[in-house]
Amino acid sequence: MTVKSTARARKKAAPGVPDNLRTGTDAPAELVQLLTPEGDRVEHPEFPLVTTPEEIRALYRDLVLVRRFDAEATSLQRQGELGLWASLLGQEAAQVGSGRAMRPGDYAFPTYREHGVAWCRDVDPLNLLGMFRGVNHGGWDPNEKNFHLYTIVIGSQTLHATGYAMGITKDGADDAVIAYFGDGASSQGDVNEAFTFASVYNAPVVFFCQNNQWAISEPTTNQTKIPLYRRASGFGFPGVRVDGNDVLACLAVTRWALDHARSGNGPVLVEAFTYRMGAHTTSDDPTRYRLTEETESWKAKDPILRLRAHLDKEGLADEAFFAEVEAQSEQLGLRVREGVRSMPDPDPTLIFDHVYAEPHTLVDEERAEYEAYAASFEGGENL
Amino acid sequence: MAGQLNIAKALNEALRKSLENDPKTLLMGEDIGKLGGVFRITDGLQKDFGEDRVIDTPLAESGIVGTAIGLALRGYRPVVEIQFDGFVYPAFDQIVTQLAKMHARALGHVKMPVTIRIPYGGGIGAVEHHSESHEAYFAHTAGLRVVSPSNPNDAHWMLRQAIESDDPVIFLEPKRRYWDKGEVQDEAELPLHSARIVRPGTDATLIAYGPMVKVCQEAAAAAEEDGRKLEVVDLRSLSPIDFATVEASVKRTGRGIVVHEAPVFLGLGAELAARLTESCFYHLEAPILRVGGYHAPYPPSRVEETYLPDLDRVLDAVDRALAF
Repeated sequence: MTVKSTARARKKAAPGVPDNLRTGTDAPAELVQLLTPEGDRVEHPEFPLVTTPEEIRALYRDLVLVRRFDAEATSLQRQGELGLWASLLGQEAAQVGSGRAMRPGDYAFPTYREHGVAWCRDVDPLNLLGMFRGVNHGGWDPNEKNFHLYTIVIGSQTLHATGYAMGITKDGADDAVIAYFGDGASSQGDVNEAFTFASVYNAPVVFFCQNNQWAISEPTTNQTKIPLYRRASGFGFPGVRVDGNDVLACLAVTRWALDHARSGNGPVLVEAFTYRMGAHTTSDDPTRYRLTEETESWKAKDPILRLRAHLDKEGLADEAFFAEVEAQSEQLGLRVREGVRSMPDPDPTLIFDHVYAEPHTLVDEERAEYEAYAASFEGGENL
Repeated sequence: MAGQLNIAKALNEALRKSLENDPKTLLMGEDIGKLGGVFRITDGLQKDFGEDRVIDTPLAESGIVGTAIGLALRGYRPVVEIQFDGFVYPAFDQIVTQLAKMHARALGHVKMPVTIRIPYGGGIGAVEHHSESHEAYFAHTAGLRVVSPSNPNDAHWMLRQAIESDDPVIFLEPKRRYWDKGEVQDEAELPLHSARIVRPGTDATLIAYGPMVKVCQEAAAAAEEDGRKLEVVDLRSLSPIDFATVEASVKRTGRGIVVHEAPVFLGLGAELAARLTESCFYHLEAPILRVGGYHAPYPPSRVEETYLPDLDRVLDAVDRALAF
């Protein structure tokens, strides 16, 4: 007891932080929202959004189909068809909103959870499943849809995005780049280096942080003492926090951010405040580190229910529309299931195929050794 | 082009030619602009090619390599300078995890024509972290090519070939030889990954690269006075290694001694010894020997001569090999 009170006394005696050096930790964070959890449209003076009923219906369709694809993948993992799956459940609006804000010439650098962004970039969902099944490490052509390969090491891709954006500036083009990352990645050196490079070179890149509150088992409070979007000010560019479960707000804010970046004004940090409703991956068990009450409270902010409520309230869609979306969802589920189950294993010599772009004598030699070894078995190469 | 140049100038000319020949070639690094790099390898290049192509970067090695990867994805051909060998480790993750694997992960859909120049090795009386030889880390990583020239002609042509390669190349510059002069030819004599016999001999083969080639040549000259004819092979390329040239030489001489500044334990010498034992077993008169650094942090400069292989240590190994 004596020790404790002494420590307290010392703490009290220490001089306070001068007002001009306070970090703003306690200041309330502003959240840009255009659609309340109840489905009511609200306006934000800085991020106006004009939409047609057709556009809102299209966003709804995206959200539903992306969630269906994700659920299907989780099931396929449970059935042993995939080795692992990283679900995006709960983050559909952040991904669809930002993904639909991009122009065809823009480029996305994803983590391993950006299935909704991939959907918006028209990447075949089956391409995403190859690496989770273990038939490749990605393997799609990133330049075909301007959607880079999934990056598993946390935060590395933010530097690739920044370098790519520096190239856009050199080319004199008016494209822009989105670097996706999460709250955990915000602690990585690479992310902070990306902020520095993007800032000093005025690179047209939007840093889109999905703060889903959890980095596997570590809450955001393990990563930061200030709201993440405020990190941007230290690097000299704007930061915005948007309701990550509000697809309209994510669309409006990202569209603004991309236009800001492509117009030569440099990078923007967007913090999409959302929640990882599922486990980190199918190998994770969130019951060990977070409370059901917390997850339940976020259910009330569900991105799809909120847009559905809006469509219903405003009479923007009829039963035929919802039936059509449901049918598409079933069709997608079927295609994904069949596609994964019939996905062939690669030939073992894939190991040697693309190690280098140009011939490398050691790889050629080891391939020949393997092929001779395989051929030495009865029946040839079927080891 | 032909004429006497030192390695530093030969490299500078190679960068100049590469910038002239391909508008997509960029130089990136710390202090490479107005200063011309701490070793002046990029001297005058920013003045002639502009800040847009010769880029002074923030002091963040991971950031330099990571953004170089992004620029390569956009169609550029970045040539990165890491200021000193010991400063590359912050970029190690981007090099090993991202740069080396990108082509394979994309099943060949994207190429990574990134050259990473690193002044390496000791012998210049430097402070800590300025004298390291880390080639084994990079050569151990599939997806990277690793080369190291030993003379001005190779420095010039190998750098141009490295920049032209569509694969990532770790280009290790023997910094203590930067001021050694030599003839630079009008054309490349060899492909990037070929070794070269720089001195023919019959009694034993000395296998070296980068800064140790000169030491081995001096050792061979000294041995000749004792009537021993040593062959010296300059590996030039560490990934891939031109095993055919090395194996042919060791089969002729029956003895092989690998010399490098890097620690002996699990160094390039270990791979060469294993490999030569396997492929030249019936030709060997002695085990393959290794001469190199010790399993200790690179020492303070006042004792670095003890750590670095020199003429005497090479000749000592020759004596041991010939005693079998």
